[in-house]
Amino acid sequence: MELYTAIQQLRAQYPESRSAVMPALRLAQDRYGWLSPEALREVAEALDLTPAYCKAIASFYDMYHLAPVGRHLVEVCTNLPCALVGAQRVVEAFELELGIAAGETSDDGAVTLRAIECAGGCGRAPVVVVDNRYREPVHPEDVPAIVERLRDGS
Amino acid sequence: MTARSLLLEHAYDRDLTQLGEYRAVGGYGALATARALEPAGLLDQIITSNLRGRGGAGFPTGRKASLVDRSGAKPTYLVVNADESEPGAFKDREIMFRNPHLLVEGCLIAAHAIESRSIFIYIRGEYLTEYEVLQRAVDDAHAAGLFDDVEIVVHRGAGAYICGEETALLDSLEGRRGQPRPRPPFPPIQGLYSSPTQINNVQTIATIPKIIELGANEYVKIGPENSPGTAVFSLSGNVVNPGNYELELGTPLRELIYDIGGGVADAHELKAIIPGGSSVPILTPDQLDTPLDYESIAAAGSFFGSAAVIVIDDRCCMVQLALRAAKFYMHESCGKCTPCREGTRWMVQLLTKIEEGRADRADLDLLANVCDRVLGKSLCALGDFAVYPVSSYMRKFRAEFEAHVDEGGCPFGGESSVEGILAPIDQHAHHPTVEVPS
Repeated sequence: MELYTAIQQLRAQYPESRSAVMPALRLAQDRYGWLSPEALREVAEALDLTPAYCKAIASFYDMYHLAPVGRHLVEVCTNLPCALVGAQRVVEAFELELGIAAGETSDDGAVTLRAIECAGGCGRAPVVVVDNRYREPVHPEDVPAIVERLRDGS
Repeated sequence: MTARSLLLEHAYDRDLTQLGEYRAVGGYGALATARALEPAGLLDQIITSNLRGRGGAGFPTGRKASLVDRSGAKPTYLVVNADESEPGAFKDREIMFRNPHLLVEGCLIAAHAIESRSIFIYIRGEYLTEYEVLQRAVDDAHAAGLFDDVEIVVHRGAGAYICGEETALLDSLEGRRGQPRPRPPFPPIQGLYSSPTQINNVQTIATIPKIIELGANEYVKIGPENSPGTAVFSLSGNVVNPGNYELELGTPLRELIYDIGGGVADAHELKAIIPGGSSVPILTPDQLDTPLDYESIAAAGSFFGSAAVIVIDDRCCMVQLALRAAKFYMHESCGKCTPCREGTRWMVQLLTKIEEGRADRADLDLLANVCDRVLGKSLCALGDFAVYPVSSYMRKFRAEFEAHVDEGGCPFGGESSVEGILAPIDQHAHHPTVEVPS
């Protein structure tokens, strides 16, 4: 389905069409991998908003990407409950395995690594979120296998 | 033991995500009972139950619902806050994942009480699996004809803690940046799309079918007089058995951490306990006998909050922990009001200076002063939430803060359990460094 048509369907769920901007941005991001200026323009046109307005929304929320990211996204929670049980060691294990620092993307474009705020998995911490799916818990020794699978699968 | 399952009854021995299974244990029976009542009669039941909001503030749910303007001039909306983002809290996630129909049933009952035909569930964007489970429950219940003329839209957030604040949530749902609104007007009068709106936490709504099932007069007998019922407590940190545990309110903190949680992990000493999520003041081991209910925790100097109990052992540097918490609130401050936007950044600057051994005693006073200038002076509670950890750690562990200053660095010498912990640097990178005047 065309992005435009899919956004019109979202629009119909809400009394006011502006409410569809968040799900519409998500659809565009799922389709293109990130919210490029062109993607923002497409969303804006489908919702009768301006591209600047859509960018203002996208830049407010952490889950929208305003720059390209790797084919896979690895996010390590480093908030208090995860920090207390060794999240930093997990971040370091990913940094070592991928050869990049948190916030960067590996040279082969396979993986973007991010440290994130509380993901709500504190009961099985430390939490790692791989492509929006939770893995709980992840210990430093689990990291090489996770990275290997992501590299193979890409 | 005061473990008691209402919300999570059968959630571990049956697949309650299946409509048939949920119905087999009496599911949607309370909806039929509730719909046989007039909205006013149903509201009376909720008021009688003395249910208090489980999202954090503890406001009486029935009273909140009775404030909704039902004059009919505009449609009324029910909005469910499923934007669970408080560090330490993962209870709503458990309810939505294990027992989604209970939430759907609660929505339909609550909507009947306020005569609303339009329900929005705002679920945090990170909860993708839970969203899928919940959406399927909504679709199944709808297909089974349980909705009558009511509609439920599940709306996904996209990563912003502030959207758990009810008016920020409404702005986000309207397709704006999630920033809190000045009040009044309050949402029951003018909320979503400027219409009367009731906003409740997932657990609050999920409790309503159980109140109808048991009868309000029975529900009110569970737990302490002013905090009746059960709550799902999220236990995390340095504890043997972290997880979600549904308990009667009033259960002593000691019972949760030691009898149920198995005590502090790896035979370390207990240093501190955060009783209601990272935003509430910290407690110390001498307060372990505090009953977990709204009044008792308040009397101990903290808050029930989101029932997220974080256990901290003696390897943790409290300055580092305060710094990590402060960075979180700095990142999540929406930037709308000055005290919170500027104050959270000042707190991070000062705590960094203290941790790195560049501070003097006057900086400790300055930090307390900054806290005072944010507390109660921000547009929403996020400013207060940023202050509570910092000011309470500093008050309860003053000697540790002073040691950082007097010894010119962290007394843990690199051995703290949270040493080097990263705040999301990629997200914080855009914050310019502000020099704190001495």
